[in-house]
Amino acid sequence: MGPAELARILEGLEVEAGEEVIAGFGGFEDAAVVKVDDSLALIATVDFITPVVDDPFIFGQIAAANALSDVYAMGGQPWFALNVLCFPSCIPEGWVRDIVKGGLSKIREAGAFLLGGHTVDDTEPKYGLCVVGRVHPERVITNSSAVPRCKVFLTKPIGLGVVVTAIKAQMASSDVVKRTVDVMTTLNKDASMKMVEAGAVAATDITGFGLLGHALEMARSSGVDIVIEAKKVPVIEEAFEYASMGLIPAGAYSNRDFCSGDVVFERDVGDLEILMFDPQTSGGLLVAVPYEKAHLYPYWEIGYTVEGKGKVRVV
Amino acid sequence: MVVDARGLPCPKPVLMTKDALEKVSEGVVEVLVDNEASKENVKRFAEKQGCCVEIVEEDGYYKLRIAKGYVCSREAPEEKQVEGKNKVVLILSDSMGEERKLGELLMRAFLSTLKEATNRPKRLIFVNRGVFLTTEGSKVIDVLKELEDMGVEIYSCGTCLDYFGLKDKLLVGKITNMYDTVEELLNADSVVRV
Repeated sequence: MGPAELARILEGLEVEAGEEVIAGFGGFEDAAVVKVDDSLALIATVDFITPVVDDPFIFGQIAAANALSDVYAMGGQPWFALNVLCFPSCIPEGWVRDIVKGGLSKIREAGAFLLGGHTVDDTEPKYGLCVVGRVHPERVITNSSAVPRCKVFLTKPIGLGVVVTAIKAQMASSDVVKRTVDVMTTLNKDASMKMVEAGAVAATDITGFGLLGHALEMARSSGVDIVIEAKKVPVIEEAFEYASMGLIPAGAYSNRDFCSGDVVFERDVGDLEILMFDPQTSGGLLVAVPYEKAHLYPYWEIGYTVEGKGKVRVV
Repeated sequence: MVVDARGLPCPKPVLMTKDALEKVSEGVVEVLVDNEASKENVKRFAEKQGCCVEIVEEDGYYKLRIAKGYVCSREAPEEKQVEGKNKVVLILSDSMGEERKLGELLMRAFLSTLKEATNRPKRLIFVNRGVFLTTEGSKVIDVLKELEDMGVEIYSCGTCLDYFGLKDKLLVGKITNMYDTVEELLNADSVVRV
């Protein structure tokens, strides 16, 4: 669902929260965080998606990596997970089993446990996880805590939604499918551990709202401006070709509409513009690290923060 | 041929357009879509194939008329101002010369005369106090808008707008940065500094 629709549907809804809540319903956070005691906070998140590739095992891996990512975006470690699974009864059982096996492989890689789940009969298959993670309550990294004079990093290339659309249209080459699958099945584990070590002050993961949509959420909730240096943004190269052929998910356009006004293009960047709004599945982390520590973070530096009123400027 | 792709999620409208265009060597294919995303996507696809696209907004949907095989006139407007193609005017102040009152009058006269010139520049770049000319309170907005309508590109330095707190007050043209300014100046056949 697009950000504008979601905001409209939830507008005015009042939600109670106790003092122990570190991140809850109100902000633009990736997951809920609740403080248990002085040394432990729990992170909880749920995320499930429709198939993005034909292979059920790989789909399971991507869906799990996508769900686990919310815990990584908060600087935490996944602890245990529950399956969320929807499928039509006509699907072969082996196929469903492969989805879960794929998911389990990523839960194991994350060092977490699969402890159960819930299954619903549905016309279209969907799979994902509810994940609970752990973090020290004073080391939670939210997306609302960016400050001026940070370098902004991205940990995976963008263009994933456009390539997935090309896959659905059967117009993607096997080589680009493989590279894109590698990106989507990669956990944000290393990106998260290293951002904690480097002293990052804010982070979020890039998913449905696209790079600029999530950057705008960070800018708005932190009260800073984020400057994105378009030339430095890593993109899966073939995505430019597919975008020029109109293989662009509808979400990219609704993201662009939602952000218009607060995302300012200071120069023409061609098709990179729509690619920066492309919804990502299992995208990378967007991480803000103060200038003096920025050299400690080994990912793509794509911009910086300045004092401002919550806008994103593309230069 | 009419392709009705209304109510279908992407990439289906693009794929149906692709199939339809493959079937004709020359002619017009009409594609009906009912949302912005499909309209943009089908237009992108058709233009990528070298076709001309004309969009008609109907009641609740869009009709894209895609012409395949004919000579396309889409590129034409670009070519108009060949003479002024690589001339750039760099405007560093809101006053022409040091004497301010006179300078403001001269600046207006300069820009108005530029309009009449046969050899108009490709682009005007406003830097430093020059950005006072492109923002709220400027007395030459009308002249600049006319120049813009004639195809002269108007660019204001983003850092300068920021410095003077004028970012939200830009009334004409676009914002540029130092990278593009440098590139534009180095690529120009001639630069006029005012």
